[in-house]
Amino acid sequence: MPSRHSIAAPPVKGGAAPAGSRPVGSAPEDERQRAKLSRRWQRDLRWSPYAFVAPFFLLFIAFGLFPLLYTGWASLHSVELTAPTDMEWAGLKNFTRIFDDEFFWNAARNTLFIGIVSTVPQLAMAMGIAHLLNYKLRGSTFWRVSMLAPYATSVAAATLVFVLLFGRDYGMINWALDFLGINPVDWQAGWASKIAVSTIVIWRWTGYNALIYLAAMQAIPHDLYESAALDGASRWRQFFHVTLPSLRPTILFTVVVSTIGATQIFGEALLFDASKGASGGSEHDFQTLGLYLYEQGWVNQHLGRASAIAWTMFAILIVIGLVNSVISRRLRTSS
Amino acid sequence: MTTTLTPPQQPAPEKTPGVKSSRSRRPRSARAGGQFHAGPLTYVILALFTLGSLFPLFWTAVAASRDNTRLAQSPPPFWFGANLFDKAEVAWKDGNLGEAFINTTFVAGTSALTICFLSTMAGFAFAKLRFKGSNALLLVVIGTMMVPPQLSVIPLYMMVAKLDWSDQLQAVLLPSLVNAFGVFFMRQYLIQALPDELIEAGRVDGASTWRILWHIVFPIARPAMAVLAMLKFVETWNDFLWPFLVLTQHGSPTVQVALAGLGRGYTPDQALIMAGALLGTLPLLLVFVIFGKQIVGGIMQGAVKG
Repeated sequence: MPSRHSIAAPPVKGGAAPAGSRPVGSAPEDERQRAKLSRRWQRDLRWSPYAFVAPFFLLFIAFGLFPLLYTGWASLHSVELTAPTDMEWAGLKNFTRIFDDEFFWNAARNTLFIGIVSTVPQLAMAMGIAHLLNYKLRGSTFWRVSMLAPYATSVAAATLVFVLLFGRDYGMINWALDFLGINPVDWQAGWASKIAVSTIVIWRWTGYNALIYLAAMQAIPHDLYESAALDGASRWRQFFHVTLPSLRPTILFTVVVSTIGATQIFGEALLFDASKGASGGSEHDFQTLGLYLYEQGWVNQHLGRASAIAWTMFAILIVIGLVNSVISRRLRTSS
Repeated sequence: MTTTLTPPQQPAPEKTPGVKSSRSRRPRSARAGGQFHAGPLTYVILALFTLGSLFPLFWTAVAASRDNTRLAQSPPPFWFGANLFDKAEVAWKDGNLGEAFINTTFVAGTSALTICFLSTMAGFAFAKLRFKGSNALLLVVIGTMMVPPQLSVIPLYMMVAKLDWSDQLQAVLLPSLVNAFGVFFMRQYLIQALPDELIEAGRVDGASTWRILWHIVFPIARPAMAVLAMLKFVETWNDFLWPFLVLTQHGSPTVQVALAGLGRGYTPDQALIMAGALLGTLPLLLVFVIFGKQIVGGIMQGAVKG
């Protein structure tokens, strides 16, 4: 890594050297010089902040805001994948079309189910792990880093492994079930497939969320525990009466982030499918909204319809955001 | 803005109690956390979770070292076979992984460095400079963190088609430069790590804001920048949907596109796919082994958004 000094050392080109506070001679030449510098100084103070935040906002407008809004515009047109720049006005046809499609509702239900089944156990386990990591531990870095190892694994790599682990005939998980005397399960179909896809999400994100909870736990003032202990509260009671209430804002935050993440599940559902299609199993068993969007846009080649799906997902997120702000306001006033 | 008036070394006052104050820099012993010594049961449970978290990775390597015949037998293998290097070699060639590695390193590296630089600049402005509309703009930054980029892929795809950029790396690189988290992360760090006195001293010496950025802010922000760069590198390395839409396995793939190609192609050899998954994950695992402590610290610092 190059040392920062080598970069920082050369004097800044054209850098204004605004008037210092050092006393300067009172000759008129100096006066004029000072006025000029002070104007430059004012300009610097006034405009530099905008210049510093401008690159972020320019990039955001070009590659974030504009595409997001344009999705809404594209959803009112019929656009073919083969000619993505030819747009033909279609009104609300794309929306009526997807709302009439049973697979849209199927995908919405699957997303909801996978969202709940992946988020709730994930956050509950993360909370438990965080509580354990919050003890004085030997090798605390080791535990934390190994919890985070799945986070280093990509969706693609993780899903490819879990396809094998969840294999119907020779998979490790069915072998273990058989070992315990439970009948093997077809993880590519029905409820089991949704649970399998959720498992991948849980595996990848539990450790990450545990670290978030751990950070929040370490911020709880020690006195709260001390006075609880003085009142004779057991550790278990302390967890429920001190730790959990203090973590409420953090819990809300992770719930929102995980919920948003759940609406976007795509790679897991795409790559888990042993038939290698984009329908999420032969009976659309685990097709999520994200995968449905891909199927409509890139398999059936209707980008306009895919835009309508994206816009619908956006509307769902806005509803989630509103619910979240109502809940957090209520939490704030109650505490 | 209230935060600019806050004396340094103290966390900014926040409306939500408890959350952001976790960024206080008290020594660990004084922290609320870790007040009890862990009992043996704690270690047992943690070990079980660690097993669950590491086993799939371990088994990826086991499966990659076997062959199809062995993988189609019960019970599944629990230990390494002899084929690891052969499979890795074939996966490397069939999956176009060599090119994928170069492409991904380029995209993730450029993206991480650019974001570090831009985020520190903007984060500094939001943390320490006073300007009209800064509160509103900061709210916009926070708001954009909540909108997943996946919702914008269709117009981006149209742009790429119009510019004839499919299978070109800038199509993946440019959208990856939008990163609100980085701005917020650097702002939070600089609020407490950068004393106002230093900036004032710079001003008294006649330094322009730009000069203050180079000579005061960047040196102080370095540890946080390194963490942000690692987090962003991991994120971009693992990015899936957008690269999958605009790149192809035998055009100029990223690692994830190459892996998806291996998985969705007609590769009958499961061990080969596992070898590809292993190779694609190894660089990041290595980064985690070396910089694990810093990455954990970064996530814990940046996580608490409230």
